[in-house]
Amino acid sequence: MSEQTGSRDGSWALRFAEGLARLSPLIDDTPAVASGAEPLVELAAPTGRRNSTWVLRRVLFGLFTLLVISILIFFATHVLPGNAAEAILGHSATRARVAQLERQLGLDRPVVSQYWSWLSSAVHGDFGTSLAANEPVTTLIGSPLVNTLVLLGLTALFAVPISLFIGVLAATRQNGVLDGTISAASITLAALPEFVIGIILVTLFATQVFKLLPAVSLVSPGQDPLSTPTAMILPVATLTLAVVPYLSRLVRGSMIDVLGSEYVTMARLKGLRPQTILVRHVLRNALVPAIQGTALSLAYLLGGVVTIEYLFAYPGLGSALIAAAGERDIPVIQAICLIFAAGYVIFNIIADLLTIYVTPRLRTQ
Amino acid sequence: MTSGIAPVPAASPQTVAAHARPMPVWLRVARSSLRLWRVRIGLALALLVVLLAVLGPLFAAHSPSAFVGAPFAPPSAQAPLGTDALGRDVLSRVLNGGRTVVWMSLAAASLGMVLGTFFALLAGTSRPLVDDVIMRTMDVLLALPVIIFTVLFISLLGPKDWLVVLLVGIAWVPQVARTARGATVEVAQRDFVRAAQALGVPRRKILLGEVLPNIMTPLTVEFGLRIVWSIGAIAALSFLGYGIQPPAADWGLMINENRTGLAVQPWSVIAPLVCIAVFAFAVNLMTEGLARTVAGVDRGTSN
Amino acid sequence: MAVARIEKLRVELPGAVDVVDDISLEIGQGEVVALVGESGSGKTTIGTSMLAHARSGARIVRGTVTIDGDEILELSPDGQRALRGKTVAYIPQEPAAALNPAIRIGRQLEEVIIDHEPGVARPERDERVRGVLGDVGLPVTEEFVRRYPHQLSGGQQQRVAIAMAIILAPRLLVLDEPTTGLDVTTQARILAIVRTLCSAQGIAALYVTHDLAVVREIADRVIVLYAGRVAESGRVDDVFRRPAHPYTLALLGAVPDIARRTSLVQIPGRAARPGERPSGCFFHPRCPIRVERCQSGEVPTVTLAPGHLVRCHRADQAAQLEARKPSPPRPVRDRQPLLTVERVNAVHGVTRVLHDVSLSVDDRACVALVGESGSGKTTLSQCIIGLHEKYTGTIKLRDKQLARSVRDRSREARRTVQYIFQSPYNSLNPRRTIGEIVGLPLQLFFRSSRREMQTQIDAGLERVGLSAGLAGYYPDQLSGGERQRVSIARALVCQPEVLICDEVTSALDVSVQAAIVELLRGLQQESGLSLLFVTHNLALVRNIADEVIVLSNGRVVESGETESVLDAPQQAYTKQLITDTPSVERASEVTRAS
Repeated sequence: MSEQTGSRDGSWALRFAEGLARLSPLIDDTPAVASGAEPLVELAAPTGRRNSTWVLRRVLFGLFTLLVISILIFFATHVLPGNAAEAILGHSATRARVAQLERQLGLDRPVVSQYWSWLSSAVHGDFGTSLAANEPVTTLIGSPLVNTLVLLGLTALFAVPISLFIGVLAATRQNGVLDGTISAASITLAALPEFVIGIILVTLFATQVFKLLPAVSLVSPGQDPLSTPTAMILPVATLTLAVVPYLSRLVRGSMIDVLGSEYVTMARLKGLRPQTILVRHVLRNALVPAIQGTALSLAYLLGGVVTIEYLFAYPGLGSALIAAAGERDIPVIQAICLIFAAGYVIFNIIADLLTIYVTPRLRTQ
Repeated sequence: MTSGIAPVPAASPQTVAAHARPMPVWLRVARSSLRLWRVRIGLALALLVVLLAVLGPLFAAHSPSAFVGAPFAPPSAQAPLGTDALGRDVLSRVLNGGRTVVWMSLAAASLGMVLGTFFALLAGTSRPLVDDVIMRTMDVLLALPVIIFTVLFISLLGPKDWLVVLLVGIAWVPQVARTARGATVEVAQRDFVRAAQALGVPRRKILLGEVLPNIMTPLTVEFGLRIVWSIGAIAALSFLGYGIQPPAADWGLMINENRTGLAVQPWSVIAPLVCIAVFAFAVNLMTEGLARTVAGVDRGTSN
Repeated sequence: MAVARIEKLRVELPGAVDVVDDISLEIGQGEVVALVGESGSGKTTIGTSMLAHARSGARIVRGTVTIDGDEILELSPDGQRALRGKTVAYIPQEPAAALNPAIRIGRQLEEVIIDHEPGVARPERDERVRGVLGDVGLPVTEEFVRRYPHQLSGGQQQRVAIAMAIILAPRLLVLDEPTTGLDVTTQARILAIVRTLCSAQGIAALYVTHDLAVVREIADRVIVLYAGRVAESGRVDDVFRRPAHPYTLALLGAVPDIARRTSLVQIPGRAARPGERPSGCFFHPRCPIRVERCQSGEVPTVTLAPGHLVRCHRADQAAQLEARKPSPPRPVRDRQPLLTVERVNAVHGVTRVLHDVSLSVDDRACVALVGESGSGKTTLSQCIIGLHEKYTGTIKLRDKQLARSVRDRSREARRTVQYIFQSPYNSLNPRRTIGEIVGLPLQLFFRSSRREMQTQIDAGLERVGLSAGLAGYYPDQLSGGERQRVSIARALVCQPEVLICDEVTSALDVSVQAAIVELLRGLQQESGLSLLFVTHNLALVRNIADEVIVLSNGRVVESGETESVLDAPQQAYTKQLITDTPSVERASEVTRAS
């Protein structure tokens, strides 16, 4: 076979999409889709290039992506019908006043130069001033950003070990009753939108069934969310339940692949001890996709965060976005979207780097 | 044994009887998958929900916008599932609230599939440079999660149905293209495609006649997944207020409208919630079963 | 004194489907016993049973396996684990898959010692690892020991596998087709290593293979397996010189040999898979000398000579069947060049794969293009057919230059040169019926009515020995040999003048290979086709080709009439290639002694 199936070089976006394609089809076997690389262990090696160049290319592509996204965001907000000045003035918008405000805000300049000044200040951390709150955007989104990161961090803290455990368990008892139950639960959870899971949890634990937990995270902006841990429980639990089915399925799939591989059979035929086989041969290879999967899950969670924060009134970046969108607070919208995109890019680059580090075939040339 | 042309008694019982009847692959897939419990259950539930959504309005006792009682009133003869935040009949609203979710998720998934497959066929059979350019351009779009992408545009352009479908559909294109491209590339390097090229079959005919039929099985699974995700995205958008607007009846919207009364009158939230959940679950179950069948069939046909 | 003995072994798949049954064999110290069979015969299963292991889902249900006096099937799981790698070692078919891609090879070697002999100190371990690497001819350097499997060539990987197997000085080696996918030259070297180890260190070996020529080269005794049963067993000399089982005879007749040109004998019908096996003697549906009693009941084991056993009702009749028949003389033909290749230089990406290659194929001639993998032979054939465009030089069909890309060629040009691909499992569109597949070129090249097309399709299928009724079937419902015939039919309906066959039999069993080769030969003579037969198998070359061109690293090394090149090679490379090709007929005493 002359050509590697699928990816010609394992771009990080490929990993994400394939990771998701791989995460979501809750299939036992190697997916029917020969979607590029087989077990995510085997990426197409960066042929004929040194690794440092490859890494550089990834980072550059990440930056390029952010650039394009920024253009998209900016022009979405400025080229589309609907005018910032009108939005601010609201009902008191007369033509004269709108024109005056536009001049004030610099909105009468050509779009490209507006974009350029926005971008250059953004790179320095200045995202302009919020239209609704009349404060610098940066101060406005500073603590929501931290809150969201805390939320994501806690989710990862719980979701990853749980997924690993469940995945390995299901794989070692493949096609048994336990595996079937886990599979059924995964199919159910994976199908449900995150907010549905959230509401189910709220119903169960905060209202009818057990009045245990607060239904809403009453954390005032600026306050450290960790100071009211009970408020965090439901959001974190919801996000964890949203992500565990995917990640555990990924782990299970990769474990099964590895358990059935030739080299594991060979290890048995060499008479190696079961512990050696499990740790050095099986887990070592099976967990590699889990690393990628974790990074990709975090990227995937960035989307879920918005609905969950809104549901639980958690003062994070997601609810800030919804609030800003409701008020057409364009600078804030732009800033938050850009940050989300940046988060995605960063997670993917990390995933790629970790994969290279952990896969000898890619590390060496 | 004679030399010269060697006749294999191909019509011998061994060959012909080995496989009962020739059957096209799609039929084989359909039959095998329908043998699985999960596919049958999933199909049944999904059809149930679709029927509910499509025919529901005919059976609603009240108009979805009629006020039949006090807000958040408990279930009564008038309103078997109680009333919602504004005093409207929950049951009637549930019966009316499915159409949007069902048609929009199917439409968005289809849009994503068609566009994604188109680009994938193009990219997967072009020169590496063209392939890279196409795929990376689409990958850029992946950087914005679907909710954020749609909220961004809808907040600026206003919540219109077709816009939601368009945006959600477009959001799926990169992922569908990835899956489809992977399958395309794998198929395109197989010898029967080269054989068609060697005969001089024009490119378009090769794509449609040789490649596309052979990537249908993974694409069908992908379609199922897209539907599930579309349901999630569209319901979430309505929940956030960026999808269907009040006073229309829509399951996602209802969940948001009524959640303040969750402690008092849970049915107003639970009923639409269950509908969404069952629909998504059923499609996912079916897709999972289909994926298993397809994996087996593809292994059989390529070996 | 037997090191290993199997008695009445039976292995089953779920559903009481037998994979192998009634298997008994014995291996003495330092002896190499070959286990020969085609795919589905159960030979791998028997091999792994000697390690008390059965693959995916199969179970050993009856019989005993005794190694050095211990009945290993009775051992505890821990006892069996201790046995593997230490007393009995396994050498896998595909070393690339059998080596863990994430662990350095030094580690993979020493872990065998660590888990079996935990008391051994590090320095001694290192020494033993290096020792064994030296034994198999690999570099004994720190750098090499730290390599990962993907940094080794195929031959090197297999040597590592052998090293892993002998590091604990086992009593018995089980080699499972260890040279599959390796070049002839590499194969020869691996075989030499195995031979040396067995004689020097007194290790017994069970060599599982489908390649009779290799058996001749390496084994002391041979066991012929058919459909999970022993058909014949004995000393290699006895079995090969005086084969007694019709299947053995058929196999010997089907295998092309580099030493002598013969008519290849094909075995009608298909090998019976587990679960489909007929009653009575498994071979009787395909046996030319079957009689009533073969169809049911037990088949007796007949002892023809000490150590030479046959399971056949008619063991004495076998002598009637002639194993290898001489081939009809080559037809006389006029030397008109039909296809000429002039000074072609081709590239793949940035690497040059063909250097100034020139050749010509005469009218009605069969020219073999021989080379190892990487020699450029496939690239050349793809240049000729127009699928590979990156080359300079000229390719002409009857003095008219062919365009580089197939898209730029005239319809005539496309019709007259046809290509048959290697893998029958890959070259037919799984979503089309056989009729549609064969009919596709008809639509392109001829303006015929539907009925005419149907007739032509039917005729095309029959011409390659397939029933016209198969037109409605899908490729996966046909066997490998049948699919390859469909490919040939697809090419033939175009009424081509040149047929390029790219390793068309490499993916097929020996008996099926014979059928395809004979088919092509017959078609060539009957329709006056020119054949460009691309292969790595010199034995096939002897049998089918009039002329041969030897390619190495993209250069033509030698060319000429088959007889002269094979009997009196001029170039060193050709000589080496011929010597390295195992042969059933050629006196192999010289190689055995080394």
